[in-house]
Amino acid sequence: MSEAVAAHQFEEASQQREAVTLGMWIFLATEVLVFGALFLGYVVYRIQYPAAFAAGSNETVLWAGSLNTAILLLSSFLVAIAVHLTESNAKTSVPLLLGSAAALGVVFLGVKAYEYAHEIHEGFFPGPGFHFPGPEQQGVEMFFVLYFTLTALHALHVLIGVALLGGYGLAWFLARSRRRLAPSIDLTGLYWHFVDIVWVFLFPLFYLIGRHHP
Amino acid sequence: MTSSTRQNSLALVVLLLLLGVTVAMAYLDIGVWHTPAAMLIAVAKAVLILLLFMNLRRERGVILLAAATGFFWLAIMISLTLSDYLTRG
Repeated sequence: MSEAVAAHQFEEASQQREAVTLGMWIFLATEVLVFGALFLGYVVYRIQYPAAFAAGSNETVLWAGSLNTAILLLSSFLVAIAVHLTESNAKTSVPLLLGSAAALGVVFLGVKAYEYAHEIHEGFFPGPGFHFPGPEQQGVEMFFVLYFTLTALHALHVLIGVALLGGYGLAWFLARSRRRLAPSIDLTGLYWHFVDIVWVFLFPLFYLIGRHHP
Repeated sequence: MTSSTRQNSLALVVLLLLLGVTVAMAYLDIGVWHTPAAMLIAVAKAVLILLLFMNLRRERGVILLAAATGFFWLAIMISLTLSDYLTRG
């Protein structure tokens, strides 16, 4: 029943599947380190400037960050369903789900662009033009250095994910032999879920500290 | 609905609920517990995504090891660095 054919260096398809999955997880481990190093920078500077970080966190757009979190969670859900459906070789539901997930990724980027425009307009972009109302200038500027660096790196990953999801959705729809694409879609799904996890940690660190005002 | 779809749907509902909880908690008066609470919820969400959406529950040992290794290295990096910063006079 299975159409899966193993590349010549593998004994069977399940072995190939496990090998590519292992490779993907090793790649994701390196990605954890890339983002992790920046998270470490955040931890160190937050310890040094606790009040400044709370002040900066109050100026991020909470509704936008919350909406974006929900968007990524929903898109991860759609991708998980799509990956599961690749096993049944359905022709249109897989591209529809992948395309919807990609569209949600585009919405995420749009919301992010709105936030950046707002923050730049307010004078929160680090550099010579940086201006923040309040006493903690240096620490708040550091907060925004980390904010822009981490969210931009993350947004780049979202953009790549959108391209992959859209591309594989289209490829699945057009393919003569769809099942061959299933492992690639599975791996793209892993990448997308990882991008979601990174945001799940970014969100509280940049949007939720210092919101309680006694 | 297949059991897999049901599981994923349940995961999504729980994830969105946790999102609501974490936002609401930011406005509560819990002092120093804000950060641990927010991080705990973030870890819970990540675990849900890892086990269910990313299918780690179904994977064999070597893949679980690769997944754990990334986070283990991160833990080493953060703890060793903080052991410096937090012990400076």
